[in-house]
Amino acid sequence: MQRALVLELDVPSSPEYIAIVRLVVASVASSRRALADERIDDLKLAVSEACTNAIEANRSIRPNAPVHVEIWESPDRLEVTIEDNGPGFDPDKLEFPPPVTDPERLNFERGLGIPLIKTLVDSASFVRTESGTSVRMTVFGGPVNGDDTATIYMDVSQLPGLPDAG
Amino acid sequence: MELGLEVDDSRRPYTVLAVNGEVDVYTAPRLREKLVELVSQGKHQIVVDLEGVDFLDSTGLGVLVGGLKRLRSHDGDLTLVCTHQRILKVFEITGLTKVFSIYGTVDEAVAE
Repeated sequence: MQRALVLELDVPSSPEYIAIVRLVVASVASSRRALADERIDDLKLAVSEACTNAIEANRSIRPNAPVHVEIWESPDRLEVTIEDNGPGFDPDKLEFPPPVTDPERLNFERGLGIPLIKTLVDSASFVRTESGTSVRMTVFGGPVNGDDTATIYMDVSQLPGLPDAG
Repeated sequence: MELGLEVDDSRRPYTVLAVNGEVDVYTAPRLREKLVELVSQGKHQIVVDLEGVDFLDSTGLGVLVGGLKRLRSHDGDLTLVCTHQRILKVFEITGLTKVFSIYGTVDEAVAE
C-alpha cells in the first residue's frame, strides 16, 4: 500500500460542523487502523483543536471559505490535514499561558490548542500555504484490513438536514 | 448537538451543575453563560459535574478556567466531578489538575 487519500471533505467555517469532522475522522481511524481507543480519542481532540483554529482563521478574513480536511493513509500511519484560508501564523511565536502554579494562569482562557495537538499525536506540522495554513497530524498504526483505497469526497454543506452555515 | 445543563440547588451552599454532551467551541458558550448566570444569582460554590461529558477540548477548559477565576473573585470556588479518563486526560496534559479540585462523585465534592 502506498500513501493514499482515503477521504476529503469541506465543511463551512462554522463551529457546529466541528463535531462532524470529529465523527468522520474517528470513524475512519477506527475502521481502517489498528489503533487503541485512547489513540483515537487523542486524534479526535487534536482534530477538534485544529478545526477550531481553522474556523477562527477563516472567519477573520474569508468567512465563506471552507475548512478543508483530508485523511491519508500509509502502511504504518494515518495523517489528517486541516487547511484554512486565514492569515497564517508563526507557530514559534505563539504566546502560551503561564505555568499552572502561577496565579496569572487564571487570566488565560485560550492558547492551549497547539500545545495540545503536539502532545496528542505522534507528529504535527504547521505549514504556511499559498492561501492559509495547513496542519498535518500523524498517528502511527498499521491497517485493520487490506489494501482497499477508495477515496471519498464529501461537501458537508450539501447534506440535507444540517444547519445553514450562513 | 445540544449541551445538557442541569442545575441542582439541593446541596446548599453548593450548586451542582451537571453537564451532558460534548463541550467544544460550538457548545462551550452555553456553559459559560450558565456559569455567569449562576454567579449573578449569588451562587459562589459551584460543582461542575462532568460525568455526562463525552468530549471536552481546550475551549471547554477555557470556560472552566474563566469560571474558576470569576468565582474566586467572589471568594467562591468551582470544583469538578470527573472520573472518565478520556476527559481527565485533557486536564492532566494541560496541567490543570493542579488548578482544579477534581472529585470522583458529587457527594465527595459537596462534603468539603
